[in-house]
Amino acid sequence: MADVTLTVDGKKVTAPAGTLLIEACKTVGIEVPSFCYYPNLSLQGACRMCLVKIEKMPKLQTACTTVIGEGMIVTSDSEEIKQARKSMLELLLGNHPLDCPVCDAGGECELQDMTFTYGAAESKFMEAKNHKDEQQWSPVVFFDRPRCILCYRCVRVCGEGMDVWALGVQNRGVSSVIAPNREDHLECEECGMCIDICPVGALTSGAYRYKTRPWEMKHVGTICTHCGDGCKTTLGVRRADTGMEIVRGDNRDKSGTNGDFLCIKGRYAFDFANHEDRLTQPLIRQNGKLSPATWEEAFELIGKTFAEIRDSDGGAKIGVIGSTRTTNEEDYLLSKFARVVLKTNNVDHHRTADFPALASALRGKEGATASMAEVFTAPAILLIGNDPTEQHPLLAWQIRNNVRLHRARLYVINSNSIKLRRQATSFVQIEPGMEGQAAAFLAGSDAAADTLANSSTKKEEWIALRDKLRGEQNLVIVFGSEIVGDGLAKLVKFGSAISGAKFVCLADYANSRGAADMGLYPDLLPGYHSIVGNSQFHQEWGEIPQAAGLDLPGMVEAGKAGQLEALYVVGSNPVGRLDIDPFTFSKSFVVVQDMFLTETAVIADVVLPAANAYEKSGTFTNTCGDLQLVKKAGEVTGTKSDFEMIVRIADAMGFEMRKLVPFGGGTRADMGQSRGAQSGEADRHAVWLEAHGLEPKMSPFDPTAILDEIQRLVPGYDVSRVNLLSGNSEHTSLAEAGTSAAHKPESVSPANDSLFSSGTLGRYSRALNSVSESHEVKTAEVSAD
Amino acid sequence: MASLVSHPDEVKVVTRRFGQGATNIDRYLELDGYKAVQKALGMEPDAIINEVKNSGLRGRGGAGFSTGMKWSFVPKQSAKPKYVLCNGDESEPGTCKDRLIFEHDPHAVIEGVMIAALAVGAASGYIYIRGEYRYLSVIMQKAIRDAYAKGFAGKNIFGSGRDLDIFWHGGAGAYEVGEESALMESLEGKRGIPRIRPPFPAVVGLWGGPTVINNAETLASVPHIMLGGAEWYAKIGPPKNGGTRLFCLSGNVAKPGVYELPMGYSLKKMIYEVGGGIPGGRKLKAVVPGGSSTPCLTADEIDINMDFDSVAKAGSMLGSGGVVVIDDAQCMVKFALRTMKFYQHESCGWCIPCREGTDWLKKTLMRFHAGGGVKKDIDNMQYLSENMLGRTFCPLGDAAAMPTIAFVKKFRNEFEDHLEGRPCPFEKAGAAEEMAALAH
Repeated sequence: MADVTLTVDGKKVTAPAGTLLIEACKTVGIEVPSFCYYPNLSLQGACRMCLVKIEKMPKLQTACTTVIGEGMIVTSDSEEIKQARKSMLELLLGNHPLDCPVCDAGGECELQDMTFTYGAAESKFMEAKNHKDEQQWSPVVFFDRPRCILCYRCVRVCGEGMDVWALGVQNRGVSSVIAPNREDHLECEECGMCIDICPVGALTSGAYRYKTRPWEMKHVGTICTHCGDGCKTTLGVRRADTGMEIVRGDNRDKSGTNGDFLCIKGRYAFDFANHEDRLTQPLIRQNGKLSPATWEEAFELIGKTFAEIRDSDGGAKIGVIGSTRTTNEEDYLLSKFARVVLKTNNVDHHRTADFPALASALRGKEGATASMAEVFTAPAILLIGNDPTEQHPLLAWQIRNNVRLHRARLYVINSNSIKLRRQATSFVQIEPGMEGQAAAFLAGSDAAADTLANSSTKKEEWIALRDKLRGEQNLVIVFGSEIVGDGLAKLVKFGSAISGAKFVCLADYANSRGAADMGLYPDLLPGYHSIVGNSQFHQEWGEIPQAAGLDLPGMVEAGKAGQLEALYVVGSNPVGRLDIDPFTFSKSFVVVQDMFLTETAVIADVVLPAANAYEKSGTFTNTCGDLQLVKKAGEVTGTKSDFEMIVRIADAMGFEMRKLVPFGGGTRADMGQSRGAQSGEADRHAVWLEAHGLEPKMSPFDPTAILDEIQRLVPGYDVSRVNLLSGNSEHTSLAEAGTSAAHKPESVSPANDSLFSSGTLGRYSRALNSVSESHEVKTAEVSAD
Repeated sequence: MASLVSHPDEVKVVTRRFGQGATNIDRYLELDGYKAVQKALGMEPDAIINEVKNSGLRGRGGAGFSTGMKWSFVPKQSAKPKYVLCNGDESEPGTCKDRLIFEHDPHAVIEGVMIAALAVGAASGYIYIRGEYRYLSVIMQKAIRDAYAKGFAGKNIFGSGRDLDIFWHGGAGAYEVGEESALMESLEGKRGIPRIRPPFPAVVGLWGGPTVINNAETLASVPHIMLGGAEWYAKIGPPKNGGTRLFCLSGNVAKPGVYELPMGYSLKKMIYEVGGGIPGGRKLKAVVPGGSSTPCLTADEIDINMDFDSVAKAGSMLGSGGVVVIDDAQCMVKFALRTMKFYQHESCGWCIPCREGTDWLKKTLMRFHAGGGVKKDIDNMQYLSENMLGRTFCPLGDAAAMPTIAFVKKFRNEFEDHLEGRPCPFEKAGAAEEMAALAH
């Protein structure tokens, strides 16, 4: 749009036509205060804080509802305006309880800040304040009515942003009150965005309230460890007897792709980390019972046993199961450790998407995957399968708000009437399992239309849909685990005919994409390179076993047949998830690294207490392929990161650690430790050093030493380190991926998590289990890891 | 049924058919009913608008905006349907004129809506009736049914080939809905809260369509203008203030009631001649000239003509025509309190200054009137009102602030008489019982 020039307080301001005055003022550093105005939510004009003087207008005007005009002359700091702001605050504080000393929002309250800036130091009123008692709306949402200033942000973010519409306004005048959708309580998605967006302490978190003051916490902006979307969550961390305690998760650091968004998991489900069942001591099976042992005993036993099996019967007798919630560095290290130290290709993980097929289909196509940010800006989106509202809440948010704010066209093909249907321009319901047929039809097979056509959608409608999609440009094609193998190849064929089309393949865990990219496969190395051949990994790593290894079902079979002598499980629970007979591995030496005594851990010979993603540094790759930094919030005494444990086991096997982790030289400690960056922002000095290759990696446990190797060797990961370290997401590419082998599409099985479950982590999250909505979820046939 | 009053100075235009059984459609037809709309059917839309413009008809809801001008703002072409809306949410204390129109001459309102619809090219008209006027909506429903039965409304009206639907809609009991955009929200089934403007209703109104919204008295005047001609109507009043006005004379006068007087009629004459003066040998103290939201005039300020411009010049507003006469036995603090009680109760709560301001003013006035006032309160009430004025989301805040500012400024002495724990000087038996009654 054309630019408009106006004058604010004597300063020339130029902004695109249609810009709101309050936003135009920001561009030249003029702050116009407001409570009810919130970018990307509907306009209210209710708080009257943003009143400014516009020449030729008799009354003061609200800057939040005024669209800039050419030649407009605006004053934002006259005595009249100062008085207007001051009196507005006087009126707000009149009925406000001023219980700031005990209010959760104290110290991070917009009403406090405004009062500080625009001044209303004196109370003019003598009458008693209106009071109403605090209400609990759900286990995680509390409402303190007297603190509410009625800015309606919560109502709008819930309705417009989330499409939940669980909050509204009741009564009128001074009795006006925000009310939940079920008379005295909330039934909703429990995302808690109403709490975060509340400018005061009216809406508070059941998980956090009255626990601490904001300035007593360290705030760490890291990546959520639940689903595969990669939201940035700010953890509020406090020292505790156990080492540290996470007391809060929120959007204090809004620099993530998710901006304001977090779902119930990202906001509240950090609490598994504080669960009293956390393992904090290594356990070794003695006389049939798991008994506490020292780390040295554990590593010695594991190292000795693994080395003996490898040396006597060969590495192929050892199986390795990796995790979908460990960092890229840990996954890479595990893949390398298995091949180079254990000498086995028996490597697998819980596959929730067919990334090898995607890499294979997109090879040579630059810019063919969409980042999470692009899902918000794409002019059109095709969604096949999955229910993002349940399984990919950020993706659902991006799609929903893209439709709302940019009028994107959303086409949905699904076997269920999913919630995103409400935003869809076109919704086609198919029989479950027909997603691959839909892909084949889109790719050009008219025969497929005959099988697809059903009572609700006729063949002509399918053809009309395909014609409409073919007419789109820059279409983002999003698909769930229903699309694998051949179906995936067909879908890519269809998309490749559309100019600018990009793909998003949905996988279910925080680092599912990383586990795939880092080569936790029996026949693939990092970057989807085959174990056979002479890739950069063969050159750098040294000798790699050439026979294809066992995949997860293969390892189970080998276990049953007594052919698997050892099983090394890192952060995974295959026994529980696949409902495997616990005696399957009774003849194997089983080592499990986990936070809890899972179904897999209880059959182990050695259990090592692991740190989770909130307690370590590294990187995650979200389902779209966006690489982001994982920051360590703190340590729980008695645990170690999987990274350190893998290196220690290699050491105990007599392997030279430097060959596994290329660390060395220098004077500074590892980046896991905070150096003064206290409020979630990047440590600029460290970023600078790191970006220029000056940050030394002193320790064999320093994940950045492996990140260096990943960025050097894994195709598509050569992204800007500065941007990454500054807390931004960097989109990786599959264009240069290796020549991957054919895969068994049937090995892909979704996690089947809902909005209120999260595999093992979910089982240990009080917050997730406390909300009534989590009990309405159907039990999935296959539970998550 | 309210009993009717009359006075020789009255000019019967809108009230012409009052008391003559015009709710019956056949009787209405005998009294020149539905002739105006048929005349309008034969006219170009612009000709209708010009006729209304030339008549000098100004909005009778209170703001006094030129009706013809308002109609001309509606775009000729519109992708969305256009609407005509009759604002019958008469709720301003002291105002009771629209109820008489609905009660005695409902077809005139229907006819006015139809003419407006022809002028702006709308195919539907809504008549929104205040929630508390339930009995009037019964009358209106029958009138609409009868009009449909005669073929005057609905498909092919008067055989003209044009379709024009008329609906009625009842309010739910909110003064705020008298504000035009809040009325549209209410009509759409939402909370009665005003909308952000611009866009104005003429461009984006009901269900997003261009909408003309006029007061019931304004629309009921339109058929008479169509029949009598713009020139005749304009000449009834002074320049730029065409026609007559229904004045709702109430308070301390001998003959209260609704009188139809020419625009620009003397306020003094209205009180002393039309209203029969102040009864009981008491003296005039103040007049609220245009409904409770208008600043009061003192006894010295009543030598003015009752038209929009003259009253504005005197520092008040002609408003909705509610003239409330206050004699010297009344307590102005109590009057201010009663006024504020109303606005506090009716504030929709959307914006801070109105929601909080009216509540604190009410609380302060209650304590003050009961003898608990301190000197600082008087300044505070003025400060509060002045800081509400012009800064609220809609005019309700102004409606609460303006009279309060006038009460404090013009009757500061009465406020001071309540200080130092003295009971209200106008109350025979202390104010304690009064307090209890007010606080219900």
